[in-house]
Amino acid sequence: MLSGRVWKFGDNIDTDIIIPARYLGHTDPKVLGKHCMEPLIPGFARKVREGDIIVAGSNFGCGSSREHAPVAILALGIRVVIARSFARIFYRNSFNKALALLEADVYDAVDEGETIEVDLASGLIKTGRIEARAKPIPPFMLELIREGGLMSHLRRQLEEEGR
Amino acid sequence: MGMTITEKILAAHAGKKSVEAGEIVEAKVDLALANDITAPLSLEEFEKAGAKSVFDPERVVFVMDHFTPNKDILSAENCKTIREFAARHAIKHFYEGGACGIEHALLPEQGLVSPGDVVVGADSHTCTYGALNAFSTGVGSSDLTYAMVRGALWFKVPRSIKFVCTGKWQKWVAGKDLILHIIGLIGVEGARYEAMEFDGEAVGDLSIDSRLTVANMVIEAGAKNGVFRADKKALDYLSGRAKRPPKVVEADADARYRDIIEIDVSKIGPQVAFPFLPSNVKNAEDAGRIAIDQAVIGSCTNGRLEDLETAAQVLKGKKVAKGVRCIIIPATPAIYREAMARGYFDIFLDAGCIISPPTCGPCLGGHMGVLAKGERAVSTTNRNFVGRMGHPESEVYLAGPAVAAASAVKGEIAHPREVA
Repeated sequence: MLSGRVWKFGDNIDTDIIIPARYLGHTDPKVLGKHCMEPLIPGFARKVREGDIIVAGSNFGCGSSREHAPVAILALGIRVVIARSFARIFYRNSFNKALALLEADVYDAVDEGETIEVDLASGLIKTGRIEARAKPIPPFMLELIREGGLMSHLRRQLEEEGR
Repeated sequence: MGMTITEKILAAHAGKKSVEAGEIVEAKVDLALANDITAPLSLEEFEKAGAKSVFDPERVVFVMDHFTPNKDILSAENCKTIREFAARHAIKHFYEGGACGIEHALLPEQGLVSPGDVVVGADSHTCTYGALNAFSTGVGSSDLTYAMVRGALWFKVPRSIKFVCTGKWQKWVAGKDLILHIIGLIGVEGARYEAMEFDGEAVGDLSIDSRLTVANMVIEAGAKNGVFRADKKALDYLSGRAKRPPKVVEADADARYRDIIEIDVSKIGPQVAFPFLPSNVKNAEDAGRIAIDQAVIGSCTNGRLEDLETAAQVLKGKKVAKGVRCIIIPATPAIYREAMARGYFDIFLDAGCIISPPTCGPCLGGHMGVLAKGERAVSTTNRNFVGRMGHPESEVYLAGPAVAAASAVKGEIAHPREVA
């Protein structure tokens, strides 16, 4: 069970908000994290605590394919994002980077700053007001997260083949 | 059970007789692409994974188009890293300097994409190549690394929506107006995780340039890919250009679609998407009085020859309004040269436009046309998100080249007929 403080974001939070393009020259997660969500909440990185949880509306992560987006979120110690729905490329990138995403409609049932509990395997989400169940994460994706992401999976494949 | 174009291409690359929407398959990849902002993460992962070689040095493409000509030391260092990697691994298609154009205009032009291909690119607008009857989709840097090393990647087979387009096109209306109209209709997640298949006689009437524009923006409706049939026009375009023989793919008559949407293109006028979503679409003539500071005509969406031709038709003998910067960005060196040969550059320069080298530049607020606080741009690019072209309090209005050029002349958002 993970537990963390909630940050609420609305619908269609795009990758230019999560990490503006002007920082894409950087690959260092610390630098990317520092500018995460900057256009909406200047100084977000200073306000966030390890283990906090993002709760959003629909189509979270729409826009560009930049993997810098989940990297920036993870760099702040956020391990899970709950949203009504996720954009496709962001969804893949997040699991590839081992950032867990849960699809659930809990936006209206949580308050900014409240502490909620989440169980990834079962998809159970406990807020002060309700208990909700996220769509189950496909087994293939759960396995990716357990392995530490797609690149750990590739490394293991290559080691096994002795390439 | 019949299959859609997308299902057929994925089945063929997964070594299966058939696939169904929702199924997860590992499919072979014909081409893997990255650019100067996504390759660096990808190459770091390549080294960390302990990979020794790419699956095929002729099928990995690097295009240095986003922050080039290098805008700062960091972007120069990134290009250097990629250049050295490309040399070490004998990557055949490494594009920079005078050979470089905007990736999604350059690859089709260079014949690197063929019908029936599976293409992945670490850039969300990789979906552009669906215009040439390929399955083509944007991925992140990790996926790209995996594809670069294995020559394959996992895919969830998407459901398809079919758009049947009929009717005669109005003057000044082209691919950009069609796709903006459709995004306005179905919304920014109207095709989330799905394939958008375009068909009908009005699509047949569209130029290849316009089809590339339509496929380019399916991601703005959340789609995984967009795909067209390969008709005679497409095969003529590919002839003498395509590096691999086309494997034309047609949908089965009994293919299953999530929805079939009919579009009468004769009812579509020039479109404008207002901030801050590409679905916030209005008719240009209903835009009201919106003064602009900048017009951008270019990008992977609208930097092709047809787009420059349209801009030249509108700007001929006209002047850009005082106080407006009009930036024209031919998307590739070949387009640049042809536009110059046709005399468009004289028209643009006489009008007071800036002609930029090929670069993604201002589209993503990178360089060569970044907006200040409170400034507004009309742009033929693909996204009008908060801060996309610069300051978080700047605004981008998306349109085709006809509206962008007309707006540059009028100094406010305009229907082309207002200045023509």
